[in-house]
Amino acid sequence: MSGGTGGNGLATFLDHLGRRVTAGVAEFGFAAMLVGESLFWLVAGRRRRQPVRLRPIVAQAMETGIGALPIVTVLSATIGIMLAIQGIYSLKLFGAESRVTLGVAMSTVREFAPLITGILVAGRSGSALAARLGTMRINQEIDALTVMGISPVRFLVAPPLVSMMVMLPCLTLWADLVGLFAAGLYIAPQLGSTMTAYADEVVSLLKMNDVLHGLAKSAIFAVLITIVGVVNGASVTGGAEGVGRMTTRSVVQAISAIVITDMIFVFMVTR
Amino acid sequence: MAGRSSQSGEFSIEVTDLDTHYGDRQILHRVNLQVRKGEIMVIMGGSGSGKTTLLNHLLGLLSPSSGNVRILGEDLGRLTPMQRQMLRTRTGVAFQSGALFSSMSIGDNIALPLREHTDLDETTIGIMTRLKLEVVSLAGFENLMPAELSGGMIKRAALARAIVMDPELLFCDEPSAGLDPVVASSIDDLILRLRDAMGMSIVVVTHDLDSTFKIADRICVLDRGKVLALDTVEAIRASTDLRIQNLLNRRTEDAELDPDAYLRRLLGDASKPQDGARRT
Repeated sequence: MSGGTGGNGLATFLDHLGRRVTAGVAEFGFAAMLVGESLFWLVAGRRRRQPVRLRPIVAQAMETGIGALPIVTVLSATIGIMLAIQGIYSLKLFGAESRVTLGVAMSTVREFAPLITGILVAGRSGSALAARLGTMRINQEIDALTVMGISPVRFLVAPPLVSMMVMLPCLTLWADLVGLFAAGLYIAPQLGSTMTAYADEVVSLLKMNDVLHGLAKSAIFAVLITIVGVVNGASVTGGAEGVGRMTTRSVVQAISAIVITDMIFVFMVTR
Repeated sequence: MAGRSSQSGEFSIEVTDLDTHYGDRQILHRVNLQVRKGEIMVIMGGSGSGKTTLLNHLLGLLSPSSGNVRILGEDLGRLTPMQRQMLRTRTGVAFQSGALFSSMSIGDNIALPLREHTDLDETTIGIMTRLKLEVVSLAGFENLMPAELSGGMIKRAALARAIVMDPELLFCDEPSAGLDPVVASSIDDLILRLRDAMGMSIVVVTHDLDSTFKIADRICVLDRGKVLALDTVEAIRASTDLRIQNLLNRRTEDAELDPDAYLRRLLGDASKPQDGARRT
């Protein structure tokens, strides 16, 4: 590259900016293509003699869902109690602590349960997915699948996508239950009431809509986590170090995507 | 190089005027190559000669800038994804690193193409898997994981996976690289056996001279992205071409003959595709 030094800084900056933007758009397109292709194989795979098989879906579901149960339980219980404490503290300012159940129930089911579950699964399974695909890529395993006539998307992307979309809402529902129960353990004695009365109140306050709101979000998070993991895993270059870099990147991106999408979803649906 | 025939009956592979670029850099220059049915073609060349790129084109993992590649009579550029998949069930590939799926046992690795592409029952698949393991002398290892195997065993397992569908055309990328001479020679014997017993056409990409001369029916010498020679073993050995002789006698690259180009490179001004500058 020759040329004067005068406009060079700006030109370099613009050059970098342009490359970044193009790369970002390309990555986004790649992600959209992966979702599309996965759906294609799920629907049309059997007819093309390339079905998406149940066994890897179940195996993945066990890993994603059942494996995450303990930590989801612990964290959602913690968050339930924390919300109860904060709720009672802040409502006390108005002398309205008796209304704490409403706040806790709504915020747990609509917001905290899906969010915390999504973040946990992004950290556990999204990163694992990115690392696995990245390792397979540098080991030429993805090329090997391709030259065997096995679609890597069907074989490696569709199963985790399906299992994630099933398991994440399930985990969220579990987190709802655990969070509400744990909150009750704190709220009932504080208000001098019983767990039964608390449970009745929760059931009467929560509408189906609130629960579905949380579950729908978690299904969207599932797609985000899987695709972010796959895109990063599939773009690994540069050996083991590259795998580590892309794994980190996938966790950061997945969590950011979850939080931002959450806000957009709430903005669109709630007002 | 000679007049090319488009009779697909005779050739397993026909590459015509293949050009390919990586960014601005041209990697392959007008490569022409035909592999006859039932022969072992060795693609030979030093590092950076473009042999891996050529292999990736033959495997359909890259698409050319221009020119075309016909595999088993089918033009790779014109196939629908579905047809391409069907074609790929008729070829087998053994990668340099093996590329065995690390999450599956050796047996499952070898059985995978059968499970995915055929309706055979598990018993038959098991028998065929063990049969191929027998062929590569790995009988009894089907329950081990790839991480538990030595380098030579991984290469042999990869070969078993490549031939499990009884392909008409087999690609081997550096089958003997990184192995001790005894094991390397046993893999050469294996490749020869595959040609003789199963009538496969085999393309071997390697820089190993000993194994090249042992197994090749014909040799394609690649140098800096060009086909330097495409001929029988004897003809290559007898060749008077300086660069081929250098390659055969393991002499280092001839000295830079263009001082201007050398100077430009040192000054870091050669990032532009100064193609002529690299020719000697």
